[in-house]
Amino acid sequence: MPSHTFSVNGKSVTVDAPSDLPLLWVLRDLLGIRGPKYGCGIDVCKACTSHLDGAAINPCVVPVSEAAGHEITTIEGLANGDTLHPVQEAWLDVDVPQCGYCQPGQIMAAAALLKTTSTPTDADIDAIANVCRCGTYVRIREAIKAAAEKMA
Amino acid sequence: MAVARRRFLTYLVAAPTLTVAAQLVMDAVAPATASAVIPTAPAIADLVDLGDILILAGLPTSDMLVLAVGEDGTATLGLPREEVGQGLTTAIAMLVAEELDLPLTDVRIELDDARPELLFDQLTGSSNSIRSLYDPVRRAAAAARVRLVAAAAARWGLAAGKLTTGNGSVVAPDGRTASYGSLSVAAADASLTGLTVTLKAESQHTLVGTPTSRIDARKIVTGRQEYTLDLDIPGAKPCMVRRPPTVNGTVKSVANEAAIRAMPGVLDVVVIPTGVAVVAETFGQALAGKDALEVAWGPGTIDGLSDDGIRTKLKAAAPSFSFLALTKHIDAEFDFAFVSHAPLETNSAVADVRSDHATIWSGLKSPIVAQQTIAAELGLPEDKVTVHVVQAGGSFGRRLFFDAALEAAQVSKASGRPIRLMWSRIDDMRHGRMRPATHHKLRATYALGQVLTFEHRVAAVETDFRHGLGEILTAMAAKLPTGLGNETIAQTLFLTTVKSPYNFGVTTQTLTEVPLTMHTGSWRSVYSANARGAEEILVDELATAFGKDPLSFRRTFLKSDAQRAVLDKAAAAGNWGRTMPPGHAQGIAFHEEYKSRTACLVEIDATDPKAPRVTKAVVAVDVGRPINPRGLEAQMLGGLTDAISTTLRAGLHIDKGLPLEGSYSQFHYARQKNSPTDVQVIVLPPAADAEPGGAGELGVPAAVGAIANAYARATGTHPRTFPINFDVDFTPFPR
Repeated sequence: MPSHTFSVNGKSVTVDAPSDLPLLWVLRDLLGIRGPKYGCGIDVCKACTSHLDGAAINPCVVPVSEAAGHEITTIEGLANGDTLHPVQEAWLDVDVPQCGYCQPGQIMAAAALLKTTSTPTDADIDAIANVCRCGTYVRIREAIKAAAEKMA
Repeated sequence: MAVARRRFLTYLVAAPTLTVAAQLVMDAVAPATASAVIPTAPAIADLVDLGDILILAGLPTSDMLVLAVGEDGTATLGLPREEVGQGLTTAIAMLVAEELDLPLTDVRIELDDARPELLFDQLTGSSNSIRSLYDPVRRAAAAARVRLVAAAAARWGLAAGKLTTGNGSVVAPDGRTASYGSLSVAAADASLTGLTVTLKAESQHTLVGTPTSRIDARKIVTGRQEYTLDLDIPGAKPCMVRRPPTVNGTVKSVANEAAIRAMPGVLDVVVIPTGVAVVAETFGQALAGKDALEVAWGPGTIDGLSDDGIRTKLKAAAPSFSFLALTKHIDAEFDFAFVSHAPLETNSAVADVRSDHATIWSGLKSPIVAQQTIAAELGLPEDKVTVHVVQAGGSFGRRLFFDAALEAAQVSKASGRPIRLMWSRIDDMRHGRMRPATHHKLRATYALGQVLTFEHRVAAVETDFRHGLGEILTAMAAKLPTGLGNETIAQTLFLTTVKSPYNFGVTTQTLTEVPLTMHTGSWRSVYSANARGAEEILVDELATAFGKDPLSFRRTFLKSDAQRAVLDKAAAAGNWGRTMPPGHAQGIAFHEEYKSRTACLVEIDATDPKAPRVTKAVVAVDVGRPINPRGLEAQMLGGLTDAISTTLRAGLHIDKGLPLEGSYSQFHYARQKNSPTDVQVIVLPPAADAEPGGAGELGVPAAVGAIANAYARATGTHPRTFPINFDVDFTPFPR
């Protein structure tokens, strides 16, 4: 069984797993990091959205071998200790979540967007394709704009 | 029912004089009351709705709530309901905090395990949780408060009547305080008797009724909220099930079991009634194993049946109208497709089955029936099966059923190890539950500015209510005042939920079911989304026939001022009637259910009729007494998004015994790009002495009507089949 070494939320990890095993299952089932959620397994719903070297990825379709040597950040690693990321703060201020299952992915997608686009337009926000089955989109949009202002 | 109708017909026969008088009034000003229109007799749902029945059924056990005050000063309430995102735990915590004079952060809500002693009072559905728990929760908290006060009175040697409470403490007139935590042991003393429990006056509420954020929001945004498959159950192994190529197909044989067992990480292969389960070290490996299975399948229960055949059956089932079209009339027929519940968390459960007991964890809205069914399946006494209810990632009706829990128990028993079972998204859409397809025949007759009759014949594929609701209705039937005793479960549910809010003369709404053995279930607002949605479309077409504006037409024919107040709020805030560019239009609609009412106004951009977008929405809502207006807003946003999705693009195509759709790339539930950028929800303040009405499903039907009406106006069409844009614009996954 091949061995893969990478960093998750600031800690170096080494796992033995088939090279093609999706990172999502390495995180959830082998490492017990369960913030990233399964919703479709084919990069459609994006509930598992996390970061690879700061950019949004969907671990359900990224083989573990592609994580080797890189820095993976999941929702658990977004805050700085007890200090929440501005996107998380905005999510609380606006009271975005309903069932919450898609929200780790939504937050990671928003954080990645704000890294590259400090003042996102409505069209930029529309381009986030993460599904929220509870229909919290209006509040997500409001929270992203609020976070952008906080970070400016 | 029949008696009431005959009496009403007599009234209608006398109507012509009234009609003339009404005509005169109508031409003057929009009447403020219904006296100028032909009144419609109250529908059953006006007199007793499904929520009332469930409250009645739960009354004998409604005080079996357990509220504990700990030495740390926190209060913990066991909640015999499920949290699926509707914000119930927050609203209930607010009720406890209010009645106990305790900070909200010191209130904990724990979801109760299945408690069979609660009989009918552990079912989460019918927008009923706040309605049924508003009094019992306050009574429980008030009882705790009076004991804490009595304990402090005994400690200080003062009369209880001299003491007050605030911020988690009992306060003496001299300023001494005793925290609830310090009193929690003394307050449990059984010798404190003769206490009178008095509820705080609603006018004194300071927390209840104010916008409050969810108590679990921080856990959610940090990824620490645990759903079923996030729980650490020692030794529990991932499991996925290969399912048949048609709904309810059966396993005949497995050709390559040895090869699957040899795959990396695979631990076991187990045949269960619904398919072939693969147990592995990771879900990725279980998924790979199930995909590689070669299974010979037996036939399912709807093989060969497709949408066209189902629609033909539905049309044939819809009865003829009772009223001949002797006067002017409008007839219309509507079709609505099957719709997946599609909660983001797919069907999932953990089961640990041993020889003499079993433990289950799952997101369950009817845990008692789950416990009974699983115990029977395993051959264990019910009290040897512990069923833990886990907060779930959405439901929309889906988690009334417990199929994943049953499967996990079957696999755990056969495999001899704890099992974490998860459905794939494809299976969740194809073999999961769905809102049944429906066909609607409507006829409205009118003359001299009056609607004389309004008939609505609903034909629906049978909805499966075998999750405990059926038992409740059966048990309560004899006690119902409206002669429902002889109706079927589905008829009872239809008649206690669907009603017209308008004075449209003789109004009849009927349901005819087409039995097909497939996986249906209640979907947020059950019959009302389609039935009332279709009616609101016809209301717009009637307004046109009358030469009236849709808003003033509704104002004229709504039954009460409370209804008109909600409609007026939405119309004013949404600037009803403003000029719109070509291809754009406004739409408006109204809906009332479970003692609550709402109006929705939307604007749509349909310049490309194949890719319309709702750009703006205003929702006004009156639930009698809102507990958490921020949570109520969230529910209305959810209902709006459901309506945008199912009206414009989201549905399931049935093709030769199986839905074609297998993911969100195919079942087009709305994304951010389909969502309006401008939404306003207006929560009406509580009416004096009003009880809270239902809210969880309220938002869908009016929004369906408003969106369809806006689309019709923007495009100059008359939409009749929903979703409006419903092409198979994808390559289906293999079966």
